[in-house]
Amino acid sequence: MTLHTLTVHEASRLLQQGEISSVELTDSILAEMDRCDPHVKAYLTPTPDLALTQARRADELRASGRAGPLTGIPAAIKDNISTEGVRTTCGSRILESYVPPYSASVFSRLADAGVVLLGKTNMDEFAMGSSTEYSAFFPTHNPWDLSRVPGGSSGGSAAAVAADQALFALGSDTGGSIRQPAGLCGVVGLKPTYGRVSRYGLIAFASSLDQIGPLTKDVTDCALVMNALAFHDPCDSTSAPKPTPDYTSGLGEDLAGLVAGVPREYFGEGLDPGVGELAREAIEQLSQLGVEIREISMPHEHYVVATYFLTSWAEASANLARYDGMKYGLSAPEAQTIQEAQSRSRGRGFGPEVTRRIMLGTYALSSGYYDAYYLKAQKVRTLIKDDFDRAFAEGVDVVLGPTSPVVAFKIGELVGDPLAMYMADLYTIPANLGGFPCISIPCGFHRGLPVGLQILGQPFAEATVWSVAYAYEQSTGFHLARPQIPG
Amino acid sequence: MITRAEVEHIAELARLELGDREIEGLQNDLSRILEYVEQLNELDTTDVPPTSHVTAQGDVLREDLPRPCLPVDKVLANAPRAEEGYFRVQPVLPKGER
Repeated sequence: MTLHTLTVHEASRLLQQGEISSVELTDSILAEMDRCDPHVKAYLTPTPDLALTQARRADELRASGRAGPLTGIPAAIKDNISTEGVRTTCGSRILESYVPPYSASVFSRLADAGVVLLGKTNMDEFAMGSSTEYSAFFPTHNPWDLSRVPGGSSGGSAAAVAADQALFALGSDTGGSIRQPAGLCGVVGLKPTYGRVSRYGLIAFASSLDQIGPLTKDVTDCALVMNALAFHDPCDSTSAPKPTPDYTSGLGEDLAGLVAGVPREYFGEGLDPGVGELAREAIEQLSQLGVEIREISMPHEHYVVATYFLTSWAEASANLARYDGMKYGLSAPEAQTIQEAQSRSRGRGFGPEVTRRIMLGTYALSSGYYDAYYLKAQKVRTLIKDDFDRAFAEGVDVVLGPTSPVVAFKIGELVGDPLAMYMADLYTIPANLGGFPCISIPCGFHRGLPVGLQILGQPFAEATVWSVAYAYEQSTGFHLARPQIPG
Repeated sequence: MITRAEVEHIAELARLELGDREIEGLQNDLSRILEYVEQLNELDTTDVPPTSHVTAQGDVLREDLPRPCLPVDKVLANAPRAEEGYFRVQPVLPKGER
């Protein structure tokens, strides 16, 4: 039996019925990692010994009758989510040997639920990038075409799930870093509502935008994992004090009466016509399933990238000020003064993309420029959010469009052109700027490469997003396709 | 165009030691990208309130009571230099100014 190809809900049922053990399941995935990962390179730090220890413990927990739906399920965690005792690099040289003294709240929750840690996944340094090529260590390869990028910044997590090297993974999403790689790798990725999932222990990039979320093989798994991830955490002051419903209970609900808005601006300049075609077919399919499709307008869509730049870079430059080579991380022991030690540690420790963004953020926040840049961006952000709130007020339940304007590009194709790379996040950014929940699900293949459909909902209406996603998924079956990885 | 002196000034504020070629590259990149974001000025935002928190959650306060914290040895285990339960750092002032 090829256990590594199972979904979380399938494996959970087999574990519950005693058909398989977590050790067998974990062994099967570790074997697949040995076979595939030398080609895919999804993992920065695999933890096979820890995984087997945790799998044995999960089996004991089950034997004693204390197992939940995720007990014994092996998962991968993005390397910017702190794991006590397990190296957490954030894809950066500056944290190359950093071992967190505590765990992120989401990881503690999963560990308490009996989830097995397979390892930490590769990412763009400090989650800044859309291809995982800005990892300080090595690029990850797209399982559908090893010469192409998996997207980013959660490219390792998306590739691991797509290649059956994890039953699910955690990623983080600041401007599309879960949904864009999910789209490019043909898996399901959710950025939850801002505040729905605790960020305590997530290495901060841009605090007004960052959210942790799951990457899974189907929509059911997405809801199932979110049951464990959504809780109020007093350690994160932005964590919403809201109860967590059973998210899987709404799957399979009738779509009649739901209204989907399709912004005409999402089908304009920069969109690969083949990708646009598939997104249109998916929207037509949802119409067949009973969703009312309404063309809407997002008049400020043109300004989302610039608004995102200024917001995320300014916040990043402040968040990354903590890396001073004193408390942890790369240091410059030969330096004579504290300023020299700081400048040298940071100069050596940060890669070119992180340096670029810190410089831009510092510039935008520096004396005399704050109003012109950061404040201006926060005002335009209000206008962008208002476009969505207006659509919701007029009866729209979800907003649909392609996840990424293009399919996975070649490794090396855009790395020298930062502005072109940034355009990969054109459609994913608004959900971060407005705090909306947003999912990417597979909606077909263009030139043999996966394409994602994006479904954005009102704040805390994850259940509506899933009901649409689930109905589409069950009526098409694109999520069942798997890449063939030689090795 | 951003000048070389401006790049050097920002790098000093950001505490980033940069090489000559990096400074040149950044001069180019920063100029291009700042030119791109200028497009926001096409929009009149005079009466638009800035976004401060997307889900309109208010301040979150807790009682100011001591709570258990991380053990010192565990925290210092990551420190490049530690001594007697403290981080050890370079002098703040150079020799002669002390």
